Amino acid sequence: MQPFKPVLLEAVGVPDGQTIASYRSRGGYEPLEQVLKQKQPVDVVEMVKASGLRGRGGAGFSTGLKWTFLPKDHPGPIYLCINADESEPGTFNNRILMEDDPHQVIEGIILSAYATRASTAYIYLRYEYPQSWQRLQTAIDEAYAAGYLGKNIKGSSFSLDIYLHRGAAAYICGEETGLIESLEGKRAWPRIKPPFPAIEGLFRKPTVVNNIETMACVAQIARRGVDWFRSIGVPADPNNPRDPGSYGPKLYCLSGHVERPGCYETPLGITARQLIDEFGGGVWKGRKAKAVIPGGISMGLMTEAELDTPLDFAGPGKVGCLGLGTAAVVVIDETVSIVDFLHNSCRFFAHESCGQCTPCREGTSWSLRMLERIKAGKGRLRDLDLLAEIGNTMGMMPGSTICGLADGAAWPIKNAIKKFRGEFEDYIKQTNPQGWMVTDPVPALQIVGSH
Amino acid sequence: MPTVIVDGKEIEIGADERLNCIEAARRAGAEIPHYCWHPGLSVVASCRMCLVETGTRDAATGKISMMPKLVPACQTPAKDGTVIVTESQLVKDSRARVEEALLIDHPIDCPICDKAGECLLQDYHFQHGQSERRADLHAFTSRRRDVGPTVTLFVDRCIMCTRCVRFTREVSGTSELMVTSRGAKEEIDVFPGHPLDNKLSGNVVDLCPVGALGDKDFLYQQRVWFMKREANVCGGCSAGCSIHTEHNQDTIYRLKPRENPHVNTWWICDEGRYGWHHIHDAARLVGAGRRANLSTDRSTPLEAVEWADVVPRLRTDLKAAGRLAVAISPMLTVEEAWMLCAVARSIDPQAFLAVGHVPRTGDDETFPGGFTIRAEKCPNRLGVEGVVALFDPSVPSWSQLVEHVRSGHADAAWITGAYPAAWIDDDTAAAFADLKCLVVQDLFDSPLSALATWRLPAAGFAERAGTWVNVAHRAQTFEQAVRPPAGVWPEGRLYWNMLGRRGLYDPTAVRRQVAESSATFAALAGEIPATGVDLRIHQLA
Repeated sequence: MQPFKPVLLEAVGVPDGQTIASYRSRGGYEPLEQVLKQKQPVDVVEMVKASGLRGRGGAGFSTGLKWTFLPKDHPGPIYLCINADESEPGTFNNRILMEDDPHQVIEGIILSAYATRASTAYIYLRYEYPQSWQRLQTAIDEAYAAGYLGKNIKGSSFSLDIYLHRGAAAYICGEETGLIESLEGKRAWPRIKPPFPAIEGLFRKPTVVNNIETMACVAQIARRGVDWFRSIGVPADPNNPRDPGSYGPKLYCLSGHVERPGCYETPLGITARQLIDEFGGGVWKGRKAKAVIPGGISMGLMTEAELDTPLDFAGPGKVGCLGLGTAAVVVIDETVSIVDFLHNSCRFFAHESCGQCTPCREGTSWSLRMLERIKAGKGRLRDLDLLAEIGNTMGMMPGSTICGLADGAAWPIKNAIKKFRGEFEDYIKQTNPQGWMVTDPVPALQIVGSH
Repeated sequence: MPTVIVDGKEIEIGADERLNCIEAARRAGAEIPHYCWHPGLSVVASCRMCLVETGTRDAATGKISMMPKLVPACQTPAKDGTVIVTESQLVKDSRARVEEALLIDHPIDCPICDKAGECLLQDYHFQHGQSERRADLHAFTSRRRDVGPTVTLFVDRCIMCTRCVRFTREVSGTSELMVTSRGAKEEIDVFPGHPLDNKLSGNVVDLCPVGALGDKDFLYQQRVWFMKREANVCGGCSAGCSIHTEHNQDTIYRLKPRENPHVNTWWICDEGRYGWHHIHDAARLVGAGRRANLSTDRSTPLEAVEWADVVPRLRTDLKAAGRLAVAISPMLTVEEAWMLCAVARSIDPQAFLAVGHVPRTGDDETFPGGFTIRAEKCPNRLGVEGVVALFDPSVPSWSQLVEHVRSGHADAAWITGAYPAAWIDDDTAAAFADLKCLVVQDLFDSPLSALATWRLPAAGFAERAGTWVNVAHRAQTFEQAVRPPAGVWPEGRLYWNMLGRRGLYDPTAVRRQVAESSATFAALAGEIPATGVDLRIHQLA
């Protein structure tokens, strides 16, 4: 593979790269001015559609297609919401973009708002990102001062205001309708669909929700062109008519047991092994990887043998994972107990389940309590079947919940049980030599503390 | 007509009906279990109990294509060609899992729970649950939290359907209830310093599908399976809400709203809900009494009169007195009012008939959900006015009657009350002091009854049978729910006997007679549906 020169991360390491002067010196905001002069909104939509850009937030839905779902000739207002509630464990690519190159994001937002005819954009920022908050706000102020935001931007008839909204630290606020509810000042309980946000979203008006990295990609597509974008990544699989391909550069967040964790930009489609070895310097301390999370904890697990899977939008699904997700690759070395991993995962989702749908509210909590009991040396083999059943029946895909949080909670469970069942069985038999085979209902048990 | 296919059975629904799959399936006789959905509240589709398989039948080819996953029936509209499968293995397994999940954090304290016997969690577990509990048992907890003056919350019994929260936001518009915390630690709560204290608060208890919200008035008073329920109408105000009176051995324990799309939809106000306690008040008048020699001297004691003797002696006394004035209370039913007018005119053909005192408090109060509490605190003013109009088209009012008596145009008066609260002051009562014969028929003693030469007890709302006409001209018929205390003849029974009619008081016979003799009440001629009839139906047509 050709060495790839970072585009989205161009400003990383540049002194004062977050300032508007630095961004303009790198050619920023020129594409925006040209678009405002020469192109109609529909041209921008067509450009993004043609580029094959898929949303970087996790689901990988085509960005241009999403924009076309907005009602035609709507009297307005139409809202653009930018999802910066980056809460998926292991994920930090949005933070890098917001901290090191906020103007790239803002230019993308302005272009996207122009394309969607939105005159108001909200950035929903995760509470735990104070530096992103400061830098984004500074950048927004700079953009207003430079005339890229506000009324009649650069002499055009297009006006845009961006509001930076700081969330209050909840994973569920990253779900697009949870985000909308939270932005409206309500409890972030995801909405039932239909209606989809494109028809009825924020304040009951048509709304597009896009990710920060998607915005940066839009800015780069406007600057470098559709052909450039499509020259990067993995083309569509000709044998699969439903695969739209995975084009463009992608920010991979590499963390866990590697020598050099960090946020790396490569074309979509790099394999996990390449990423770990070429960018991460290999698994730390000369150890082997036991498992790798392909794209945030909710995507499930890949085993060592599956590391040659390309990390594009279609790849992780082929080895039983939920998808590419946020491309947050977390390496788990061979010394880690997979029981500990699953316990940690279950604890996270039990804590973050919004509590609206019964299967997720009770399923996440039940699985956590089962893991706590297993770790307390009172596990039974039967628990693994129960865990697998919870994993297989909880979520949007089987239809038992409103949003995808439950799918994200279910995938680590079912992947871990399926791919590492032997380890679970050994653990249970060793820690509970008397009771591992019991199949009776569990007797009353006090809450077991976890480490 | 759109056709919906429920478990292979085709049913037709109205072309412009907006039904969801639960309602459509119900038409076909299939009950889809649900907790969070309620026809009077917004759809949240969060309990996931109503998950079903759905599909569509292609109108042209007849080919059915099914959705690959389960969908909530409450959220899915039933349209032409919608296919609903409510009993597949996939659906049954899903219901069993939801039941299992709901019971993980439920204390299962049914033996001490008021809801036991009418609890959806019990019913659905019996129908759809698993026999074995596979989850780790939770230590028994039963935390109780006071959420307002009328309602108490058993925190751990809650299944988080959020019906109560939506009710306070959408119907009462008061938004006291909310959800706190996340995940399985979620709880219903009120905001500090803002208890659940609104005039519709009791409805959240009815809405609660489990025993989480308890009505303090009913708490631990009676097991629900001992009670019988009678379709009734609330007498608290002129709205005339449809209710169920729930009672055991002639003791009322609670009132519940009865669904009536024309009147109260699914709700009743707290004033009505708790407005039955006067029925069992020890201070109620019991037994007929007559002052010796009809003396107007209050110190003369009342002598008890056997009911069998009341009928002839009352007639004799009133006839002897002379000119008669009668107040027909708006608490009486149409049938009772009509019989009373007939009795009065049979005693004195020139008897002055007037509508009794109409109690009013404040103004009509309408809530955001459309429910209205009326200022007029009597159930049948329109009905009584309609009856009086048959005898005197000028329809004299209570104040006209008082003036009539005060100016000496009457020698005797018969005042019916049956008001649950104090209604007359000393000054007004004084107008009746010099009458030769004063009959007062009421629930409680009052300045007026102190002057009475004949004091008769009245029946409470649940002790009557007949018809009330509410503020919107809707006539609702109801049966007697409980028997009055010993020594009380309901008004209807007395008037029936005074008219010399045979057998037991039969309100239906009287109603037919009224309907036949009057255009106003013509709509009462046939069977009256449970939701009542609009008396203006003929005028409208």
